Order: sequence, then C-alpha cells, then structure tokens
Amino acid sequence: MTRPGLPAPARVALLAVAVVAVQLATQASGRGFYLTQLTMTGYYALVVLGLSLLMGYAGQISLGQAGFFAIGGYAAAFLSTIDVSAQRALPAFALATRMGLLVARPDLYGGTTLGVNPWAGLVLGVGLASGVAFAVGVPVLRLRGHYLAMATLAFGTIVSAVAVGTQRLGAADGISGVPPFPILPGVRIGGGSADRVANYYLAWGLVALAMLLLGNLVRSRTGRALRAIHGAEDAARAMGVDAARMKVRVFVLAAAMAAAAGVLLTHYVGGIGPSEASVMKSVRYVAMVAVGGMGSLWGALSAAAVLEFLSLRGVFGAHDDAVFGGILVLVMLFAPDGILSFRARGIVEKLRGRPARPGEGT
Amino acid sequence: MTLDLALQYLVAGLTYGAIYVVVAIGFNIVYSATGIINFAQGEFVMLGGMIAVQASRSMPLPAAIALAVAAAAAVGALVEVAFLRWLRKPTVLRMVVITIGVSILLREGALFLWGEGVRSLPYFTGDEVSSVGILGARISPQVFWVLGTVALIVGALEWFYRRTLLGWEMQACAANKDAASLCGVPVRRLVTLSFAMAAAIGALAGAVVSPITYTSYAAGGPLAIKGFTVAILGGLGNSGGAVAAGLALGVVESFAVSVLPAAYKDVVTLSLLLAVLVVRPSGLFASGEAARLKEF
Repeated sequence: MTRPGLPAPARVALLAVAVVAVQLATQASGRGFYLTQLTMTGYYALVVLGLSLLMGYAGQISLGQAGFFAIGGYAAAFLSTIDVSAQRALPAFALATRMGLLVARPDLYGGTTLGVNPWAGLVLGVGLASGVAFAVGVPVLRLRGHYLAMATLAFGTIVSAVAVGTQRLGAADGISGVPPFPILPGVRIGGGSADRVANYYLAWGLVALAMLLLGNLVRSRTGRALRAIHGAEDAARAMGVDAARMKVRVFVLAAAMAAAAGVLLTHYVGGIGPSEASVMKSVRYVAMVAVGGMGSLWGALSAAAVLEFLSLRGVFGAHDDAVFGGILVLVMLFAPDGILSFRARGIVEKLRGRPARPGEGT
Repeated sequence: MTLDLALQYLVAGLTYGAIYVVVAIGFNIVYSATGIINFAQGEFVMLGGMIAVQASRSMPLPAAIALAVAAAAAVGALVEVAFLRWLRKPTVLRMVVITIGVSILLREGALFLWGEGVRSLPYFTGDEVSSVGILGARISPQVFWVLGTVALIVGALEWFYRRTLLGWEMQACAANKDAASLCGVPVRRLVTLSFAMAAAIGALAGAVVSPITYTSYAAGGPLAIKGFTVAILGGLGNSGGAVAAGLALGVVESFAVSVLPAAYKDVVTLSLLLAVLVVRPSGLFASGEAARLKEF
C-alpha cells in the first residue's frame, strides 16, 4: 500500500510546488478564469479523499457521499440566507448578535438583513453531517457488500428527495444568493474575480493539509488497523482491532470532509441545488476513487483533479454521466487497483493464456 | 377516507406494487444464480417500455411487446457475457461498481437514442378515460392487464422452477455451483440465461405498465431501489416473499401519498429499507438461521 519513494512531507511539498506552478501558468497564459474551476476541483477533491480513506483503506463502499456534501452545503446556504432581522429585539437574538453568531449585512434594497455567521454555519453543517453519519453509520456499517452499498445508496437518495421536496430548501431550484464567507483577514470565499487567486490557494491549501493529515493517519496504528479490516475483517477482529468502532470513525471523518467541502463550495459558488445531492454525484466520487486506485490517496487526488477539472470545464459535454459510467466499468474490469496499476502486457498475456509474471498485471 | 377512495388508493398501490414485485423477482433470479445484486435491473424495465413504444409505431402492439422483451433479454445476456462472465473471483465491491456503471451506460444510451421525453404505449383496451366501476371506485382496464401479467409471470416462473428440467438445473446451480457443475449442469450458460430471464420479465412488466406510469430514460433507478427494498423485505431469493412484500409496499406508498407530500413518497420507502436492513436483513419472512448461511 505505502509505496516506496519520496517521503510524505516531500510529496506534499511537491504538491505545493505544482499548485503554485499551475497558478503562475494560468496567469502567464492569460487564462485566470481556469482558477474558478480549479478551486471547485479542490473542494470536490476533499470529498474524494475522504471517500478514498473509507473505500480504499477501510474497504467500505459509500454510495451516499453526495448526501453528506449536500447536508453541509444546504446547512451553510440555509443559515447564511435566512433573515431574522424581524426578531432582532428578542433577548436571545440580541445575545446571539452580540456574540457574533448573527451578522448584519446590506441587502439589495438598501436595508439590512440579519443572518447566521458563516463560521457558525460551517460548524453546524459539519457537525450535523458528522452526527448523521454517526447515527447512520453505527447500524449500517454492520452490513457488508451489497447490503452496505444499497443502504448508503438509500441514504443518499433520501437526502436528495428531501432537498427536492422541501420548499424551505428551495425545492428543485435550490438556494442561491449565499453571501461570501470572510474566512481569513482579507480572504473571502466567494465568486468575486478579485478574490480568485486567494480562493484558489485557500482551496488547494486545504487539500495539501488534508493530504498531510490523512497521510499521517494511514501510516499510523489506526491506518494499519484499517488496512487489516479491509484485508480480512474477522482476522483483524481476532487480532484485537475494534473493527466496528474503526469503521464508524472513518465513515464520520469522510462525511465531515464531504460536508466541509460542501459548506465552502456553496459559499464559493454562491448557492447549492439538489443536483449536488444526486446519486449520480455519489457515483462520480466512487469513480474517481476507483480510477486513482483503492488505497492510494495520491492516486485518488490525481484522478479527482484531472476528471473533475475536465468535467467542470465541460469537456465531456452532454455525455458527462456516460463518461463517468464508462470509466467506472472500464477501470473495474481491467484495472481494479486503479489505472496506475494497469499493465497492458499483463492483459495481453492473460488473453493469450499465459500467466503474467509476478509483479505484473493484476 | 371513504370506502371508494380507500379502494382507489388500494388499487393504485397494488398496481405499482406489482411492478416492484417483478423487479424484485428479477433481482432474485440473478442473485440466486450468481450471488450478484444487479444494480442495472431497473434499467431493463425502462428498456422494455422504451423499446416497445418505439416498435409499436411500425408493428402491432403484441409484436412490439414481444420484440421489446426479446431485445431486453439479449441486452441482459450481453451484459453478463461482456462484463461479468470472464472475471475470476471478483470482489463484491467490484461487481457492485461494475453493474452500477452498466446501469449508467444503459440509461445514457437510452437518453441518446430517445431523448428526455416521457413516453408510453397506448392503453391495451379502452383509453385514458374508460374505467370499470367496482364498489364505487373507478379503475382503468390497464390495471387488470398489469395485475394479470404479473400474476402470469409469477405463475410461469413457479412452474419453470418446479416442473422443468432447466428450472431444476438452475436451482442446483443456485444451491451449489461446483456440485451442479460436477453433475453436468452447464453453470456458465445458466448464469447467462438468468440475466436474460431477469431482463425479459422486467421488460415485459415495463411495457405493460407504461400506459399508466409512463416511462423515460431515467425511470430505471428509482425502480431498482424499490425492487431491491421489496427483495430484501421478502428475503433475497424468496420469490413468494417478494410478491407479498411488493404488493404491501405499493399499498403503503399509495396511502402515504394521501397524507404526505408526494415528493416524500420515496423517503417513506427508503426509510423502510434502511430500517429493515438494520433490524432484519434476512427479510420479514425468512428464518434468521437460513439467512446466516447465505453470503452477503
């Protein structure tokens, strides 16, 4: 699993260099507008990394990851767009305003609205998704194989149906007009072109941070325990690994990452719609993990970066879903360990009926 | 709720439930033979409806439906031969992901061929407004076509598994592949046949129900989830259980819509699915003992 080669901090440093190089390249070539899609790609990559940990290391499939993303995104959108200025005189709301939980901002008509502070939205969104993941994960992660796949699929579909069916969440239109999120002094997460470069570095900085932390996690005792569960759960349990608790923890972590990405991306693009919660989105995340190779965080990151960027640029056009479906089938048929593991010669030899030499093919 | 209104909901529920039964039986046929849950099962129902609508423009209705069933069976067999047959000891995760990918490809193929529009066959007898009065409820004659067809499918399968040599061979294949193979049962061919059969009955149901429910390229996904819910409720591989669970689920959904917003109809079903998976994954009718022997 842990491939020999560069040590982890060096890889993250290499990632940082690549991130800077891409930004300079877009600037030099006058394609600064690419940064918008690249920023979104970074946030989606966070979802994929969480799922990679769950699928590749813990060996548990989730077809509901878009549901967690949507819980975060909708929480942020709902909380930051409600207007409680009519209740501002009530003691509880006055206290909340003084504590900074509620913030006033000017509306389109010259008045002011009183909405929830985006920081509170971030905490609540991620907290809600983690809580839901825990409540769903404890019973559902006892299931295996097909049952787990269907249970998580059912969960994702419920979130999507609730999003489409609830008027307060904008039903089929979703929620728009989400204000920017002033996350650091001078950096606002939002779509304004003045903030474009800062947002790009913020998103990819988070990705680099996630790589560093997850990299440490998978090399730790916990990571070894997870791989043991993936390999043979019964054997891992016999060795004293608390498999049930481990699986739930990773499930919650993956959900929290998806929700955080949902919150930030929603502020960045200024809204969220029910398509973000759709099952097809969840399937796409699974496809990216599969392409990168189960159990390879760097593979998953590369796959997410390339596929999501191409998809957001509209390269696949109207065949977007078909492309991801085709990728899923092809990768799972010919290179179930990810395209980095693909060896054309191994396949050829297999077709000829000769066994592939050790270390070649799959 | 008055009696005639209740009866109206009941009949609507039974009609939808009958379709869930067919999808669930499709899952069961493939699961018994291979241990795979074919996530593309709902797409066969969609294909049946779409192909029949297309064909009915140039041929009489019975011929169009027969063509749709045959074409879907061919697609089902092709899916098995092209994507699953040659995998050696694939993991469950791999097979799940492959059948999901196949379902997306079938759906996108239908979108490419037929566009986004909603289609349906004409009513087999009568038309949209003709109805039969029973105890004050007005029931479309197509409902009887649907219920009759599903009853026919269930009966024919029962006869096939109980009375024919091929049916016995398939049961042997489901019980123990190696032993069946040693007794000369052509296991691989039967697995392909099981995919073709599951696709064929799904397509037949899809064609018959299309005048009532309409069909579109995206109709397969929700049906697959409902059908799976029914298959689990009835106990995977237990087709008698699927009939009871499917009709019950259809009726529950139908009455749920009378009190909840229609958009939440699926939420009811899916919550039920989650609850059953968590509390009683062996199904409502199976004994826990038998379920533990199965591989999930």
